[in-house]
Amino acid sequence: MMESLDQIKSRIEGAVPEAKIEIVQNGSPSQQQSLLLDSEHALAIGKFLRDDPALRLDFCSNVTGVDWLDRIVKKTIKIKTAVDGVEKEVDQTTEEKIPGYLEAVYHLYSIALKHGPVIIRMRTADRAEGARLPSLTPVWRSAEFQEREIFDLYGIRFDGHPDLRRILMWDEFEDYPMRKDYVQPDDFEWEPTPHDEVLARAKQHYTLRPELDGAEALRKG
Amino acid sequence: MSATLQTLEAMERPPVRMTSRLEGELLEVSMGPQHPSTHGVFRMNVALEGEIVRKLKPVFGYLHRNHEQIGEHTTYLGSMPYTDRLDYFCSMSNNWAYALSVEKLAGIELPERAQYLRVILAELTRLQNHASLLGFLLSDMGAWGTPLMYAFREREKILDLFESLSGARMMCDYMRFGGCRVDASDEWLARAKQIVDRFPKFLDEFEELILGNEIVIARTQNVGTLSADLAISAGITGPMLRACGVNYDIRKVDGYGFYPRFKFRIPLGEHGDTYDRLMMRALEMRETIEILKQALAQIQPGPIVNPKVRIRAFRPPVGEAYGRIEAPKGELGFYLISDGGPNPYRYRVRPPSFINLTVLEDMCLGHSVADVMVILGSVDIVMGEVDR
Repeated sequence: MMESLDQIKSRIEGAVPEAKIEIVQNGSPSQQQSLLLDSEHALAIGKFLRDDPALRLDFCSNVTGVDWLDRIVKKTIKIKTAVDGVEKEVDQTTEEKIPGYLEAVYHLYSIALKHGPVIIRMRTADRAEGARLPSLTPVWRSAEFQEREIFDLYGIRFDGHPDLRRILMWDEFEDYPMRKDYVQPDDFEWEPTPHDEVLARAKQHYTLRPELDGAEALRKG
Repeated sequence: MSATLQTLEAMERPPVRMTSRLEGELLEVSMGPQHPSTHGVFRMNVALEGEIVRKLKPVFGYLHRNHEQIGEHTTYLGSMPYTDRLDYFCSMSNNWAYALSVEKLAGIELPERAQYLRVILAELTRLQNHASLLGFLLSDMGAWGTPLMYAFREREKILDLFESLSGARMMCDYMRFGGCRVDASDEWLARAKQIVDRFPKFLDEFEELILGNEIVIARTQNVGTLSADLAISAGITGPMLRACGVNYDIRKVDGYGFYPRFKFRIPLGEHGDTYDRLMMRALEMRETIEILKQALAQIQPGPIVNPKVRIRAFRPPVGEAYGRIEAPKGELGFYLISDGGPNPYRYRVRPPSFINLTVLEDMCLGHSVADVMVILGSVDIVMGEVDR
């Protein structure tokens, strides 16, 4: 049996002392909790997870991105206040605005010890252009194409990736189509062509010019 | 006139490049996307020295339709028919992987008969996928037509079974959350049993035809060798991983469905070359027949759908789940995030054949151009899944 996520977390903190790790809870019946890593130490933590003899997470199965928009979380707390001199419990709703971020999620398994998954995730500071995360391709080669895919579809730049290019969209494409606020252009293939200029000139050419055109002049009578 | 001729002669001409100068120079060739042995629209930029591959960069995306984006704009059930179009050879396996992930996400139990039906259909899918892969691989090697048609003859029988059960030969759309769509009649099960019982005869014939063939051996042994360490690090799964001698089969490791109830072995390769990958498919078909025989003997009448599952207005609780199965091509996984709504917030496919292509360059380096096609054929890709 694999250790619990709390044990793994405390052992990582022992091996990589400055690492900041959080356990992300999961409300689904799948019970797949995950570890949120800080991006500074992610590479060292990744190497520890792969090489530690009790874990040996040598197989990085799935790498994917998630886009979280800005959201408002409402919390209701009961506060005791004095209403008309009598103490009463009153519901107070506070709204907390959580700024959006992009997330990379890695599902790790162990082929040697046949356990898993251990899920690790990293978050960018914001959703702006040029959001960065460290690449884990030096630890697990299987992240190579999948991180390229995240860069292509979500726009996270992975520092230390050997070949970070677009993979599914064409190289000249400019937006990130899997982002939640992506708007599809009306026409993908529109580009200014000579046709427009030619068309304008043609229209000018074919407007009625009665002073030159004998037939038009005759019709006018 | 003569003056003009003189000036022409006096003109400086560029030096003629001798053929010998080409030695050591790299010639860049774009292989594909319109090539019969790229199994769809797949392109490789290859740098050649003579005939030897020195560099190879795969180019994806010709079939990209942003399947994941579509999945996020559709209800959970609405994505089920779309999963058929991923790996269009194995729609039953795709259905199962997706249904399994949603069942994990929502905590749904399955009735016994549905589990058996899923095993039977997924293993039939594996049979027809592996049989046709061997046919295609021989086609790539130049054995044009005959082996492929032999394999397709058997595949037809299995597709007829799928058609009589689900109404479609390839786009089956058969599984539902918490069960299956239609029940199999006793006649259907009897016919399936008949086809399974006759399949080893085809395998004997096919193996005798190809596996001992001198040309096949010459073209595949020690070609495209993959080391076990690289295969594990690069996330290779399925028969390609087991051909390197790594014992990892999700049917055994995760024990999903009813696989722990069946007795079967995991064939393992030794060298990780193309021949081992080819053999792995042939041997896996034998074990699949064993599973099918047991499943068809054990299946009992009963309900096929969990009645507690809401088909309409299906909303899993907030959270996430990753479910995976051993599809014929490797580990097929679905990663779903629910925000409590009718659509998944995030819908991700872990495509086995896309990730198996990570090591294509490593396998092809140092081999000739003609071997690239054989190595690519042994990876077993379907572009509907690679490009999504």
